Amino acid sequence: MRNLVYNYEEAVAVVLFGIGFVTLLFHRNLIKKIIGMNIMDTGVFLFLASMGYVKGGSAPIYAENADFYVNPVPAGLVLTGIVVSVSVTAIMLSLAVRLHQRYGTLNLDEIYRIAREKINER
Amino acid sequence: MRIVDRIRRWLSESPDLLEDAGGIGETRDLPREVMRREQHEADRFLSEGAKSFDRKKFRTVYGILAAASAAILIGVLLTAVAALPRYGVENERMDEVADYYIDHALEDTGAVNIVSGMILDYRAFDTLGESFVLFTALNCVLILLRRDEPGEEGEDDYYDLTHDNILRKAGLVMVPSVILFGFYVMLNGHLSPGGGFSGGAVVGAGLILTAAAFGNAVSARIVTEKTFRILSGTALGFYCLAKSYSFYTGANGIESVVPLGTPGSIFSAGLILPLDIAVGIVVSLTMYGIYRMFRKGSLT
Repeated sequence: MRNLVYNYEEAVAVVLFGIGFVTLLFHRNLIKKIIGMNIMDTGVFLFLASMGYVKGGSAPIYAENADFYVNPVPAGLVLTGIVVSVSVTAIMLSLAVRLHQRYGTLNLDEIYRIAREKINER
Repeated sequence: MRIVDRIRRWLSESPDLLEDAGGIGETRDLPREVMRREQHEADRFLSEGAKSFDRKKFRTVYGILAAASAAILIGVLLTAVAALPRYGVENERMDEVADYYIDHALEDTGAVNIVSGMILDYRAFDTLGESFVLFTALNCVLILLRRDEPGEEGEDDYYDLTHDNILRKAGLVMVPSVILFGFYVMLNGHLSPGGGFSGGAVVGAGLILTAAAFGNAVSARIVTEKTFRILSGTALGFYCLAKSYSFYTGANGIESVVPLGTPGSIFSAGLILPLDIAVGIVVSLTMYGIYRMFRKGSLT
């Protein structure tokens, strides 16, 4: 457990991931769910970035006065993650826009109720 | 119809490359009946999950299960974090690949920026997939949000910022410098922090600022739907051609016919600079396109 204190950055990343996960599970509003998903993404990025950190290392760009560099692999992975996160967020938001156009609300319970009413009307 | 004519017509006005070739072109205008049936299907899909059980009981069970699974997940992850190697200390076993990149990136790729050399040379195929992910996302947003009837534009006048004097005056200074800085970041990806993705995001932000500050007419003059198609098609096509040669020369794409040049000068690092430009174009157009779709429901 003492390791948890030394690895504080990873621990914070996991807590951030948990906050996003709880937001995703417990909110009924679609926009808030999407925000939770984004917080989860941020936790993953923080985790990856802190895994590659080497204390005292400089950024992975060749320079004459640099002794050693931080790990460049997580930087590339975070780049991939950010791109995927942006794309997924755009698609989720546009789906939310379509749902709002059809049902007039973003609350999931309301959407279920209105969908059931529309079925019963027919 | 000949393929050249088809492409030319697609670039000028037609929405669909395969129009009147059967298939895709015909589904564009759905008959009312089909649309109603599909909406009914969506209603049925959404309501079926809700009606089959007791709602109140479900909420309680769901809450307990969700809290338990969240707690278990965080607990497992925290235990895993406690077992990780110490933060900030270099780990011999873990950093084997990274050490190879750091030691060999300059002579293999010619890029001073190791991350650029990694993502656009060693793992360039992965980055090609990434730009296609962005492009596909833009296409999905296009399908979901495209409005065919004009006439609906008045509804977001509330968010219209073109009458805002502060934004307009600041935009006169900001737009050129933001876009110029974006190109700087994009073109120096192999020499300094940056590259196609970050530079493209900055250029896209500049385009979005143009549209927000000066209105649709101005931004539609800079980026029309035609430039959209030509630029993103050319950029993605160039990237595909430039990187699929490694399929023919062998699986290891590192040997390139393009000379690497002197490390540190702007024309160096082989294909990294053109690939950075291609990625930057795709990213900036995607950013701007997603903004336009959410804002107005059309690309121009």
